[in-house]
Amino acid sequence: MWSYLFKRLLHMIPLLLGVSLLTFLLMALSPGNYFTALLQNPQISPDTVARLKAQFHLDRPWYVQYVYWLENVLRGNFGYSMAYHIPATSLIFQRLWNTFLLSFSALIIAWGVAVPLGIWAAVKKDSWVDRACSLFAFVGLSVPDVLLSLLALWFAAATGWFPVGGAQSPLYDFLSPAQQLWDRTHHLILPAIVLAASDLAGIMRRMRSCLLDTLRAEYVTAARARGLGEGWVVYKHALRNAINPLLTIFGYSLAALLSGAFIVENIMAWPGLGRLTMEAFFAKDSYLVVDCVVMATGLLVIGNFVADLLLAWSDPRIRLK
Amino acid sequence: MTPLLEIKNLKMDFGKNADALRAVDGVSLAVGTGETVCLVGESGCGKTVTALSIARLVPTPPANYVGGEILLNGQDVLKMSNGELRSIRGGVVSYVFQEPGASLNPVFRIGNQIKESLKLHRPEKATNEEVIRLLKLVGIPAPESRIRNYPFEMSGGMQQRVMIAMALASEPKLLVADEPTTALDVTIQAQILDLLSELKQRLGMAILLITHNLGIVGDMADRVAVMYAGQIVELSPAKELLRRPLHPYTKALMASVPKLRGDADRLSAIPGNVPRIGNFPPGCRFAPRCVMARPECSNAIPELVEVEAGRFVRCPFWKTS
Repeated sequence: MWSYLFKRLLHMIPLLLGVSLLTFLLMALSPGNYFTALLQNPQISPDTVARLKAQFHLDRPWYVQYVYWLENVLRGNFGYSMAYHIPATSLIFQRLWNTFLLSFSALIIAWGVAVPLGIWAAVKKDSWVDRACSLFAFVGLSVPDVLLSLLALWFAAATGWFPVGGAQSPLYDFLSPAQQLWDRTHHLILPAIVLAASDLAGIMRRMRSCLLDTLRAEYVTAARARGLGEGWVVYKHALRNAINPLLTIFGYSLAALLSGAFIVENIMAWPGLGRLTMEAFFAKDSYLVVDCVVMATGLLVIGNFVADLLLAWSDPRIRLK
Repeated sequence: MTPLLEIKNLKMDFGKNADALRAVDGVSLAVGTGETVCLVGESGCGKTVTALSIARLVPTPPANYVGGEILLNGQDVLKMSNGELRSIRGGVVSYVFQEPGASLNPVFRIGNQIKESLKLHRPEKATNEEVIRLLKLVGIPAPESRIRNYPFEMSGGMQQRVMIAMALASEPKLLVADEPTTALDVTIQAQILDLLSELKQRLGMAILLITHNLGIVGDMADRVAVMYAGQIVELSPAKELLRRPLHPYTKALMASVPKLRGDADRLSAIPGNVPRIGNFPPGCRFAPRCVMARPECSNAIPELVEVEAGRFVRCPFWKTS
């Protein structure tokens, strides 16, 4: 088990190297760099721009830039943001935390609602509950994140119940700790729900079909034949098996949330990694872009890793092989 | 004396009203205390649903009981509440199914699955010692270490022994074994059948053995019921049936059992196919495949008549055949 864990962690290294290299290449292929815009400014001499470029190694070929970047990353330094004029490290980890907070909340909302609803729909198959859930899932799967984000913004603006964008209010620093916590939660609720909504429907449908499959299994009939109560049969024998395929989609769910967060963050002005990536990309803040992509990849790989661990914990057949 | 199990004129449909398909059509069968009865028939003849009906394990809907009674210890199973059903499931009648691999829950250790039955029916005996005693009883070597095995860590024969141990845990009066050896290879088949007869002797249970294999009837059964297309066509003490079958269908079945000595190059087979449920021919359901059918066979369904002491046949022309 431990050697498996170790191997999985080792696999992360070539993956992250590959992703960062590819991002560097793509950034290099797009025309111009951060300082191209400065050349238009008559007050800045070309010499100054050339000096700045040299300072950030932008005058060298992209693979040399990559080596410089990699060398720094290995020392724990993620480079310098040319647009923000601060080290990328502090910027990234704050944004990473926000994205993590948003995705994690959405994850909890999505799974916390989808799993019980899916179970309910399966147990009450063909009842009005099941039909209502199907309709809900159909709508949830059809409405794109973009539209839902816009609707949520409109809702927040029209009712005034929720703040329109941001992760905290301007007066955040003057609030008491309890008020600060409420302020952050208040900002988090709407984006988290929007992000959760698209994933929720899929998980619910999956939960329903998995449970229906296991309810038809012979060991379920065998459990009934032993005289076990229906609740025990469904919640212990059937559900315990139905949850395994769901744990495998947990990893995908995380990927969907991260890419969904990209859209939701940009529309709902949530200061997360997705928004930072976008801003950095348009500003051609190349080191920051690579940092962001590598971080998002890392988050994704760790999520898949957690999903595998959960599956091994849940299914003895996987654990022992 | 009332028999342990008495099925009287059982009629069961799948579906309702116009779509109803009659799967079991007027089956009457009794099993006395300590008796072994074999229910023989081809796939799809209704033998499994008849057997599952004894503990009302066929889900309703789609199944629909339209007539008859199933008296277990003198009480009608079809009229029982859910609570009463749970107490007879395991408590009076236990099941062993065809696929041991599918009938054991893959994610629980076998010891715990057996203990679950004990907790339900003999809570004072829900201990590891009792589980080990049961595993020894069914001939599992080194039960002390096997108790922590998961089902997938055992062979098919061992899994079936575990199923039998689980069925015995509740000390039932009737063991229903639904094709317990079909999924096993021939030598293991013989071992499992020997085990069943031995346990029957030691524990004094009745066994209802469902099979499509006439070869095992002689070793096991006191009486045999032959089913065809939802009806019993012949019911007889086992020895007499094997020595001198009366119904043309039973004869045809016997003729298609391959013989050890003989000069036939080809196996003899019954021409045609088993009629599909809902598509039964008029009159005698075996008539289209019967070598001695007469025109009048298609007029009306013949009755099951006692033609000799203890021998019932559903064919008016049994004598001439």
